Amino acid sequence: MEGAVGAAVLALTALGLSLVFGVMRVVNVAHGEFFMLGAVIAWWVTDLLGIHPALGFLAAIAVAPAMVGIVAGLAERLVLRRLGYDPEATIVATIGLLYVIQQAALSTFGPDARPVQPPVDFRIQLPWFGWSGYKLLVVAAAAALLLGVWWVLARTRVGLMMRATQLDAETARAFAIPVDRVYGGVFAFGAMLAALGAVLVVPIQQAHYLMGHDPLLLSFIVVIIGGLGSLRGTVLAAVVIGMSDGIISVFFSPTLAKILATLLVAMVLVVRPTGLFGTRAA
Amino acid sequence: MITRVLDRAALLHVAVLALLFVLQFVLPDYHHVNLARVMVLASFAAGYNIVFGYAGMLSLGHAMFFGAGLYTAGLLAQYAGAGAAAGFTLAVVAGALFAALVGLLALRTTGVSFMIVTLMFAQAAYLAIHYFGDYTRSDEGFVVPGATRRLFGLALIDPATRYFAALALFAATVAVCYAVARSAFGRVLAAIRENEERTRMLGYDVFGYKLAALALSGAVSAAAGAAYAMLFGYVGAGLASIQYSIYPLLWVLMGGAATVLGPFLGTLAMFYLVDIASGFTSAYLLFVGLALIALVLFFPKGVLGALRERALPWLP
Repeated sequence: MEGAVGAAVLALTALGLSLVFGVMRVVNVAHGEFFMLGAVIAWWVTDLLGIHPALGFLAAIAVAPAMVGIVAGLAERLVLRRLGYDPEATIVATIGLLYVIQQAALSTFGPDARPVQPPVDFRIQLPWFGWSGYKLLVVAAAAALLLGVWWVLARTRVGLMMRATQLDAETARAFAIPVDRVYGGVFAFGAMLAALGAVLVVPIQQAHYLMGHDPLLLSFIVVIIGGLGSLRGTVLAAVVIGMSDGIISVFFSPTLAKILATLLVAMVLVVRPTGLFGTRAA
Repeated sequence: MITRVLDRAALLHVAVLALLFVLQFVLPDYHHVNLARVMVLASFAAGYNIVFGYAGMLSLGHAMFFGAGLYTAGLLAQYAGAGAAAGFTLAVVAGALFAALVGLLALRTTGVSFMIVTLMFAQAAYLAIHYFGDYTRSDEGFVVPGATRRLFGLALIDPATRYFAALALFAATVAVCYAVARSAFGRVLAAIRENEERTRMLGYDVFGYKLAALALSGAVSAAAGAAYAMLFGYVGAGLASIQYSIYPLLWVLMGGAATVLGPFLGTLAMFYLVDIASGFTSAYLLFVGLALIALVLFFPKGVLGALRERALPWLP
């Protein structure tokens, strides 16, 4: 179950990163900080309301992604757009953004890890083992969200605009697609997916100002293995890597497993720059 | 005409080094140590500048080369009792070889992939330091034994000697960068930065030039790392973390990419900005972040880059 929860949250977070990279060709190094911000805001909302955990959680899952989306939208408008989405300049700018968000969280939220109450508290008890109900809920919610994203992309007008912009921004603009607004929307949406993943996981894992580091690295790995800009590959890779994370560290020491995983990803990029499932050149 | 231009540029650099030489007699103790540290870190930034500024390859993994120098010198001193001269020499060789090895793999990619591959290699190197924590003491690090911190019989613990050693390293780095900027080699690197395909079409071995640039950059970075271990006596994993891959990028961006003195200027400015900021907040990285964003938005060419564009076209 741990692996499934990890995979579900990772799939949401990595999907956000993959969307931003796919449509905008922007590597968002601050993606992990949007994840952290989602968790921190979730703690803040539930703490401020101080009502029944379930209601507080519902409020958090509505407020946190919205606020993160606003922050990301502002960052896109004020910084990334003015850089003309130049790949190298945007990486430097998002590194700057990473520090700004992380340190802003440190000065307001503080250096402590803080827990959020899970909204439901039941276990599904089978004769030989049991599952925490909340963890099942996380997996189900993440699966529903992923399906929702797929539906938006494949079946709606907004999704069509996004796909058109991804294929060829210049031509899309000629067909009266507001490319600037699509970029702004995609960046905010990508950040919101990370925030959603964080809100879902924060009752299991506490909110902390440095918690964005691991999701960022894992999302990078997932997006690279899954193929830069390929959404199906991203989700598939997230499930495989999320589930195998625990398995690998059973055989090796966690540090050695991390070293091997990191080198493996680097080698994938060296040998197959488009990732394992990617089709187009990055 | 050409000799006059050369003289003017060379004179400026000699004058800056002379100023640094004189400064040690007037600076108060605190700034004396700081300036020695800035010169060592500026040498690291200058090494990074060879790859990023002149050859136009944005690496996010230079901490591994700085770390290679740091740990080669530090571990040799700790476990083999090697002196500064031996440690330093071996560290430079190790840095060049390590960079060449990384380059053989990483240079098969370009642009965004190159950044991520270098980032991943540096992360693996950083984790490897933790994996061998029995010897490296991980994040806690270790203090280099004072007895080994000697160069040609002079104790590097002494502030004056330390300042001289830092200045010597910095002067050597400036000389190397100046030579690169003025040489045919440097011009080919600039050509690769401006248009890689065209350079290849003109018959240059682009991969070979990039590999040479990376190896040179790795050697200079490792030299700075070894000097850091020997002069300041501390070796820890934090000095090889991702932060130390981003700092040289920041310093070079601030001072001006592809300028010889830019890395020093940027390091000096950022060092004192962080120094002052950390006086009143623990979130001093906030200023690093804001500086990065402001730089790419408003001064993409850095201080000396802007100056060269407006007033001093002869600046190397």
